[in-house]
Amino acid sequence: MTSVLATPAPDAAVVRRPGPVRFLWLLVVVGLLVALMALSVAVGSRGVGWSDIVAALGGSTENIGQAAVTKRIPRTVLAVVVGAALGLSGAVMQGVTRNPLADPGVLGINMGASLAVVAGIAWFGLFSATSIVWTAIVGAAVAAVFVYAVGSLGRGGATPLKLALAGAATSAALTSFITAVALPRGDIVENVVSWEIGGVGGATFAGIGTVAPFLLVGLVISLLSARSLNSLALGDELAAGLGERVALARGVAALGSVLLCGAATAVAGPIGFVGLVVPHLCRLLVGVDHRWLLPFSAIAGACLLTGADVLGRIVARPTELDVGILTAIIGAPFFIAIVRRQKVREL
Amino acid sequence: MTATHSLAAEDLTLAYGERTVIEGLDLLVPPGRITAVVGANACGKSTLLRSMSRLLAPRSGRVLLDGKAVHRLPAKELARTLGLLPQSPIAPEGITVADLVGRGRHPHQRVFSRWSKEDDAAVAAALDATETTPLADRAVDELSGGQRQRVWIAMALAQQTDLLLLDEPTTFLDVAHQIEVLDLLTDLNRTRGTTIVMVLHDLNLAARYADHLVALSGGQIHAAGTPEDVLTEECVRAVFGLDSQVIVDPTSGKPLMLPMGRHHTAPRADVLQGTSGS
Repeated sequence: MTSVLATPAPDAAVVRRPGPVRFLWLLVVVGLLVALMALSVAVGSRGVGWSDIVAALGGSTENIGQAAVTKRIPRTVLAVVVGAALGLSGAVMQGVTRNPLADPGVLGINMGASLAVVAGIAWFGLFSATSIVWTAIVGAAVAAVFVYAVGSLGRGGATPLKLALAGAATSAALTSFITAVALPRGDIVENVVSWEIGGVGGATFAGIGTVAPFLLVGLVISLLSARSLNSLALGDELAAGLGERVALARGVAALGSVLLCGAATAVAGPIGFVGLVVPHLCRLLVGVDHRWLLPFSAIAGACLLTGADVLGRIVARPTELDVGILTAIIGAPFFIAIVRRQKVREL
Repeated sequence: MTATHSLAAEDLTLAYGERTVIEGLDLLVPPGRITAVVGANACGKSTLLRSMSRLLAPRSGRVLLDGKAVHRLPAKELARTLGLLPQSPIAPEGITVADLVGRGRHPHQRVFSRWSKEDDAAVAAALDATETTPLADRAVDELSGGQRQRVWIAMALAQQTDLLLLDEPTTFLDVAHQIEVLDLLTDLNRTRGTTIVMVLHDLNLAARYADHLVALSGGQIHAAGTPEDVLTEECVRAVFGLDSQVIVDPTSGKPLMLPMGRHHTAPRADVLQGTSGS
């Protein structure tokens, strides 16, 4: 054995994971996002010429083509924002629970937000956009705590499959509740049904502005939790040994995650699987260091949702397919693949 | 030599719910030495270690680091002085060796601080000391048990603490790797003056490698002192309920315990003429 007192090796930097590879991937996903955003503005159920697109981007709404493009701008922004929120929220949730199946949709947290909003509208005449966002976040938090508590019952604590089962069961129950709340109310049922599928079609800048502060706070909290999540990934004992206040760190990160998915659900309905698929793909690209994984998941989540939204406008012309349906179609096989993998183990 | 820190338990009582595991225990860890804690299964060895690294709050009594109760110290401050390696730590899937070892730097970093030159140097030195530098870019999942254990110890070294607690660092390792790990810890103790406290299953390895041996039984310290004072036939009987013969280890000069079960305890006459033990 060489001396432990060894002075700092001159080639110390060599032992670090190559940064350039991750940086290259960063450029790739940012480039992809920009391309998808451009596509999202240019492509729709109505074909619009380039001159009209450029004019519309400049603020003009002189003809029907330009008006259509003008409507696509907030829609694109919303897809980016919601996708980023869900991707990041999923990555944080997987880190907090050390569970590869964690996702705001799978764990029923989005449904908790939905039920809270629907009940609020139906029973309490909830009207202002801000109160809807608050209600959604509270609903998401209650569902998160409930599912985690149920999933932790019994031997072995919150194992991946138990947590996913608890989430699926809770999700199913909450969906029924939503229907039960909405059905007798002919005046709101149509809105509820379309909102419940999840989409970004009705986006307005006013709506985005309402959720923006919540998403921003969630984003900051989540990104600042990166280092704590790195410690938590080593298990509670080791994390505590490294000076992490385990319960506090987990609570703060979970709060960031719930803020993100609750606010995203308030504005776009419960969109599933983005938070599940995106962090797994990002781990393949940049590894398990949350300081890279979290921002990457946000950008990749934005890509996925923007891409899915564009696809939804193309495949069902002249109508549109809601983005929540498409993410489910993409995500469900992925979910099965993760479950079927030989070692479903804690992250 | 680094500054020596004192670690002690004072009238410590530890319990999980209703079940009391350790009761009224006093322990003084000699600074700058290697202490091994031995005892039968479920006698509270790991529990004691967990509490000394403040993973478990005492029911009563205190654990004192330099005279201050560890359960009142700021988490990161404690983690810069005292490191812990649990029994079977989990590595996140796909993590590289360098990344894992780098996470040992956590207590030295702040929320906004960037990865520093000192961090780099500490990781490089830790990899070097454990001879894991060639593995730096490998995934931890791919390594053998012995390599993996060296990587975990490297992570603990990167934490650069003057005190290191290890819960059975040699479990699941073959005998060559057990010796390798214990040699490494001895190097660490001799060159850096790191105080080491470890729980060990193997009495003979504990007697050989520890300066100070602590035998736990029924939630109390049965005996503590040099291996020669502690590892006796009476002690083995009291702590493990096992008859044994303790001889001087011809390799190390330390005591060597030979267990005596119901079978195979009569020496062959042609080997040891007339010196039958029982």
